[in-house]
Amino acid sequence: MHLTDGDRAMLDGAKGAAPQLAMQILVRMAEVYGADELMDITQAHIDSTIYLGDATLEFAERLAALGAKVAVPTSLNVSGVDECGWKDWAVPADWAAKAARQMLAYERMGAVPTWTCAPYQTKMRPSFGQQIAWGESNAIAFANSVIGARTERYPDLLDICCAIAGRVPAVGLHLTENRAGQLLLRLAGIPRALQQDDQFFAVLGHLVGKLAGDLIPVIEGVDVVPTEDHLKAFSAAVASSGRVALFHIVGVTPEAGTLDAAFQGRAPRQTREITIADLRAARRELTTADGQPLDMVILGSPHFSVAEFVQLAPLVAGKRRHAKVKFLITSGRFMKEMAEKAGVLGPIVDFGAQITLDTCILASPMLPPEIKTLMTNSPKYAYYAPSLLNTRVTFGSLADCVRSAVEGRVVRDDSLWETP
Amino acid sequence: MNEVDSVDFVIRGRPIVAGSAEGEALVTHEALSFWGGYDFHTGTIIDKHHPLAGVSAAGRILAVPCSKGSSTTTAVLLEAVRAGTAPAAILTTGADSFFALASIVAGVMYGKSFPVVALESRDFDALESGTRLRVEPTGIVRRV
Repeated sequence: MHLTDGDRAMLDGAKGAAPQLAMQILVRMAEVYGADELMDITQAHIDSTIYLGDATLEFAERLAALGAKVAVPTSLNVSGVDECGWKDWAVPADWAAKAARQMLAYERMGAVPTWTCAPYQTKMRPSFGQQIAWGESNAIAFANSVIGARTERYPDLLDICCAIAGRVPAVGLHLTENRAGQLLLRLAGIPRALQQDDQFFAVLGHLVGKLAGDLIPVIEGVDVVPTEDHLKAFSAAVASSGRVALFHIVGVTPEAGTLDAAFQGRAPRQTREITIADLRAARRELTTADGQPLDMVILGSPHFSVAEFVQLAPLVAGKRRHAKVKFLITSGRFMKEMAEKAGVLGPIVDFGAQITLDTCILASPMLPPEIKTLMTNSPKYAYYAPSLLNTRVTFGSLADCVRSAVEGRVVRDDSLWETP
Repeated sequence: MNEVDSVDFVIRGRPIVAGSAEGEALVTHEALSFWGGYDFHTGTIIDKHHPLAGVSAAGRILAVPCSKGSSTTTAVLLEAVRAGTAPAAILTTGADSFFALASIVAGVMYGKSFPVVALESRDFDALESGTRLRVEPTGIVRRV
C-alpha cells in the first residue's frame, strides 16, 4: 500500500501519540479493505459516542488522554445519556456518570457536540460529492443516497480514527465506479394513495433492506415526492433490516436522475418486482405486539426533526394523552431549539409529551421494566426495540400513534394497507 | 504428507486478522448485527429476528457470513472481548471489516485480538454447528 509522507509521519509518531494510534488502526484496516492508498476527507460523524460499557469509555478516554484532536469538522452521534433529563427515567446513576465521561472525552477532541443520529438535519449537513467519514447506519445511508456525499460504512472505533487522521482508505463508496446500482427493484402496481401514505417509505425501506443483501438497490416506480423525513425513515429501515449504505430511487435521489444514471449505464445484476403483497407482509413484520394494551408511544428514531415537530403539533393540539400511556419524543438539542423558535412545542408539551435529548431509548437504559408494549412510527424502533428492550411494538402512522395515546389503547387505521 | 488433502476436515481460509483459537463451531447462514443482536454481558445472541436467538456464542467459533445493521457492532464486540464473552474466533464468507476492526482494536486496547478468517462460500457451507474446530494463524481451519 502506498502511504504519503504525511501518512508516514503520523504512523511514525512525528505528529503525536494519538494520530499515531489512529493511523496504526487505519493502516491495518486499509489492508482489510484492500486499499492501495488513503485519501483525504473533509468531515466526519462519530458513532463511537454511544456508551455501552467500560470498553467504549476506556477507548474514548485513552484517545483523549493521548491528546487526540479531530483534523476535520466533526459531528457527534447520540450519547448514552440525556444529561439534563436522565433522572426522570430508570437510568442508573453509575451509567449516567460514565456515559457523561464518554461525552466529555469526545468533546475534548474538538468535535461539535451535536449529539444526534440525524446530523444531516443540522448545520453539519455535508454537500453533494463531499468526501466524508460517517458512522451511524441510518446517517451513512442518508448521506450517501439522499445527499450524494461519499462515505463508506464506517463502524464505531474507526470513525474517530478517520477524524483524527483526516484520512480514509480510498475504497468502496468513496469512488464513483463503486456507487452504481446493482439490484433493480420495480414497484409493481403500487397505488399512488399507498405511496402517499406516511408509512410507505418506512415499510418499503424495511423490505428493501431484506432484499438487497450486499447489493446497491435501485428502486424504480416511485411516483410521489417523498419528504426528507420519509427518506430518513427509509434510510433507517434499510440499514436496520439490512446492511445498505447506498440506495438510489429513480427520479428522487441525486445520482438517480434516470434509471440509466442510477446504474451508471450498466445492466442490473438482478431484477425483482415489489408487489403490494410484499409491502403488506413487510408492514406486518414491523409489528410484534398483539392486541390493544399500550404503555408508551415512542417517536424519533432517527431523531425527531423540526419538520416532524411541526407536523405533530396540530395533531395533538387541544388533546391530552391518556393517563396510562407515556408519550416520548427523542430528539437532539439543536432540533428542539429550532422547534422552540418555530413555536410548535407548546401544544406538544400540553398534550403530555416528554422530550428526551441527545440519546434515545435504544442507547440509554431509560425505560422502567413496567413498560412492555410500545407504539411507534419509526421502523428503526420497531426493528430493534423487541430485541434490545424486550418490549413488543406496534408500528403505525404518526396519526395512529397520537390517537392511540389519547384512547389509551392501540388503534390503527389499516384501511389503505389491509383492504384487498 | 499434505495435511490439507488428508481425509480430516481441513479448510484453508484467508486470515483477515491472524490468530489461533479452538472451540465448538456455531454456524449460521444469516448476517448478524451485534448491536441489538448480542448481549455482551452473557455472550448470548438476542436478535429475535435471527435463527440463533437465545444461543450463546461465547468462546465458540462463530461462523456468520457477515455483519449487518448497526455500525455499533464493533463496539459491542470490543465490550464482549473485555468481558470475556466474545466468540473465540469468527469465520465469514467475505472480509468483514466490522469484525476485523473489533479484533484489531481489542488487540490494541487489551492485547486480546481474536482470529477473523474469510472462507470460500463452499467451505463455509461445509461447516456444521457442534464440531470442534481449531483455527490456525495461517487461516487453516481443521476439525480436532
